[in-house]
Amino acid sequence: MSMTPAVENPVEQLLRSERMPHIWCPGCGIGTTVNCFARAVEECVSDLDNLIIVSGIGCTGRVAGYLELDSFHTTHGRAIPFATGLKLANPKLKVVVYSGDGDLIAIGGNHFIHAARRNADITVICVNNFNYAMTGGQIGPTTPLDAVGTTSPYGVCERPFNLPFLAESCGAVYVARWTAYHVRQMTRAMCEALNKRGFSFVEVITPCPTLYERRNRLGSGLDRMQWFKENSVIKNGVDTRECDIALRQKIVCGKFVDVDRPSLLEMVEAKMASVLHRRRWERMSREQQKPIAMRPMKG
Amino acid sequence: MLGDNDGILSGAHFLDGDHACAEGAIAAGCNFVAGYPITPSTEVVERLAWRFPGTGGTFIQMEDEIASSIAIQGAVWAGAKAMTVSSGPGISLMLEHIGLAAMTEVPCVFVNVQRGGPSTGLPTLPAQADMMQARWGSHGDYEVIALVPNSPQECFDLIIHAFNLSEQYRVPVLFMMDEVIGHMTEKVVVPPRDQIKITPRRYTKLPPGEYEPYRAGDDLVPDFAKAGDGHRFHITGLTHNEKGYPVMNAECQEQLVCRLVDKIRTNVEQISFFHEDGLEDADVVVITYGISSRVTMRAIREARKKGVKVGHLRLVVVWPFPEEYIRRLAKQIEAFVVPEINLGQVVLEVERCAAGTCDVISIQHAGGAVHKPRTIYDAIVEAVR
Amino acid sequence: MNTTEIKIGGLGGQGVILSGMIIGRGACIFDDKYATLTQAFGPEARGSACSAQVVISDELIEYPYVEQPDILMVLSQEACTRFVPEMSPTGTLIYEGQLVKLPPSLPETLKRFAIPATRIAEELRRRMVVNIVMVGFFAAVTEVVDAAALRKSVEASVPPGTEELNLIAFERGLAYGQEALAGKTSESVVSRK
Repeated sequence: MSMTPAVENPVEQLLRSERMPHIWCPGCGIGTTVNCFARAVEECVSDLDNLIIVSGIGCTGRVAGYLELDSFHTTHGRAIPFATGLKLANPKLKVVVYSGDGDLIAIGGNHFIHAARRNADITVICVNNFNYAMTGGQIGPTTPLDAVGTTSPYGVCERPFNLPFLAESCGAVYVARWTAYHVRQMTRAMCEALNKRGFSFVEVITPCPTLYERRNRLGSGLDRMQWFKENSVIKNGVDTRECDIALRQKIVCGKFVDVDRPSLLEMVEAKMASVLHRRRWERMSREQQKPIAMRPMKG
Repeated sequence: MLGDNDGILSGAHFLDGDHACAEGAIAAGCNFVAGYPITPSTEVVERLAWRFPGTGGTFIQMEDEIASSIAIQGAVWAGAKAMTVSSGPGISLMLEHIGLAAMTEVPCVFVNVQRGGPSTGLPTLPAQADMMQARWGSHGDYEVIALVPNSPQECFDLIIHAFNLSEQYRVPVLFMMDEVIGHMTEKVVVPPRDQIKITPRRYTKLPPGEYEPYRAGDDLVPDFAKAGDGHRFHITGLTHNEKGYPVMNAECQEQLVCRLVDKIRTNVEQISFFHEDGLEDADVVVITYGISSRVTMRAIREARKKGVKVGHLRLVVVWPFPEEYIRRLAKQIEAFVVPEINLGQVVLEVERCAAGTCDVISIQHAGGAVHKPRTIYDAIVEAVR
Repeated sequence: MNTTEIKIGGLGGQGVILSGMIIGRGACIFDDKYATLTQAFGPEARGSACSAQVVISDELIEYPYVEQPDILMVLSQEACTRFVPEMSPTGTLIYEGQLVKLPPSLPETLKRFAIPATRIAEELRRRMVVNIVMVGFFAAVTEVVDAAALRKSVEASVPPGTEELNLIAFERGLAYGQEALAGKTSESVVSRK
């Protein structure tokens, strides 16, 4: 019997080891996204104390609880307004919303579009596994047409949201989509999103082998990763209207939007400085508006 | 109008209750408000939107009341003193987050300028029909504190008290105004800065690594820490242990939920706040809160002229309910008369405490107006006959 | 307890609520009294009939509503028709003499004071100050709130930059009222007992 020397997890300092093992199923893609996020944070964020993570409810909603950061597991669908309040009350903080497609886009859809519209200074990472997994595999607003879920046993009859298009049309300044297979690209996208001022959005397509993949006969987690590898089409800068997702069809990935537009905080600051006593506002601004140091990703 | 450095407009003003509430919040140190327009509460947020830039506060109009009621909680974790403001339909949407604030022990204030319900009801007319909702509205067992002002001056004074109680006990405090109080204009005296008592947030003195967000001392209230201070804490609405981590079993549930409830229930006497008038030799006592107390004063004046020994107990803090006090009082009198602009809510608590030791007479009003003083007068006279 | 119930009625846009604000603020901020202002609120209060109710007292005001106005000040015929029947029979009716015709068979004990406030406001080239002219007139013909207090209240209540114009309007109303009391005006002062 040979002993393999223990290898330290390179992102261990960002994880709450005492809370392991996590709740996610074998083959689930959420852990992969967390690994990428941790690497992006190591790479790009110098001040971890001021990096705050906010999740909603659901499988991805548990991410906040596993990261060794100030972290908030809020109510279903409401991570974005919680994060908006947190950021407005202390602009020094870097606030990341990390949640699932059902949480962010169905029950939280109204908050999503309004945060993008006002260009709120938050990064939103949406893990899209095409179904409500925590509650046993019900369909949601991202489930592809004709796919099967427990609440749609004969197949979905509704058109799903195209999240990159939704985000861009509402005003997001950074929009990217990758699959759980694309760990390097995903990490880079997360890093770029963290470096962005304003509403940045990264969608990650992940397998849910226990529920979605199984019911729709899409294979194991590993099969699905192979499928992602073979059926993703990388189209950086493509018109987001071309990013619709259909069952068993190719998935368009890439960085679609990276533009500059004044963020909510910048707009508020500019407005108040122009209409109010400039000195008082500048004094307040100096105290409150220092952003935390960020580094661009190497290479 | 820009205030002084604190933004406190010390002096005498002629303000309605909504505006006085906004000024009181500023005086209490509130520096974050998220809201959504709804009659008859809108003037509160309108005034804050106008005043906050000059006082260093932030106002944001959110996309709905649900967002407002959780944006304020994000702000509290960032170190702000925060509140949201609404009325019936909006408060109904906020209820889940009143539960979140109770569960995660977020000091914050929910202002409800009550109007007639249910549903859209009477947007521009008063009611006191959300009193039980304030107590029981969110799911699960929890305790809140609810205060009821009866004048614009009290909208100013008591909103400060509401913030102080929320800090002391780390609970959401409901500030139960009504349309009449909100839109009634009277003299409001704003005291000088140094005469306004503020309960500061009790931040932990423990260094990162030692702090546990839900470890409470003898007073059952844990110390606070804010995001960004290096503690790397986790906060969840799930049942959680002292570290803040989810632990979903009956033992942890009992430990947590009992503490959340006990920190209020064991302090009822400290939190209770009421005004007594003529209780010493009273045969009948009228129990009131909010605008109904003022109508009752007129009725009591008339009844006393006729020689009726009638006392007045005005509850300022309705929740937690002063059970022991009412129980004792019930043994000394013949009847309680309880006028409310609802079809019998707080009277149920009075009946429960009186437990048959004296009569309890509910004077109900479906909403849309206040009682006629004559109605209350007649009930008082009837009660001692 | 010396309490006076005042009702002011008119059309939306005539500054009825502001008149109530000025009288209430004058009483409790610039005079040594208590005052409570309530108003009909909501869509039904816009455009058509509009009213403000002010209770003024030497003591803390319990019941905030006007039940039987001691003083009614009206700027429109509709308000006059609607509110006069609510009045105390020994009350004081103050009305805009060009816009309001008194209904027949008013109680003889009712004191009445008319002022051509619209004409006076037009003389000042600002028809919008008609309500301030009325407040000046109110100051002269009633003794509820000290005129100096009302003057200060006008200054504190009108939009910044319009103080001078509004104070002139107030003085014109006040002067007209004093002349009316002295019996020097063409408009009739029916009775003052």
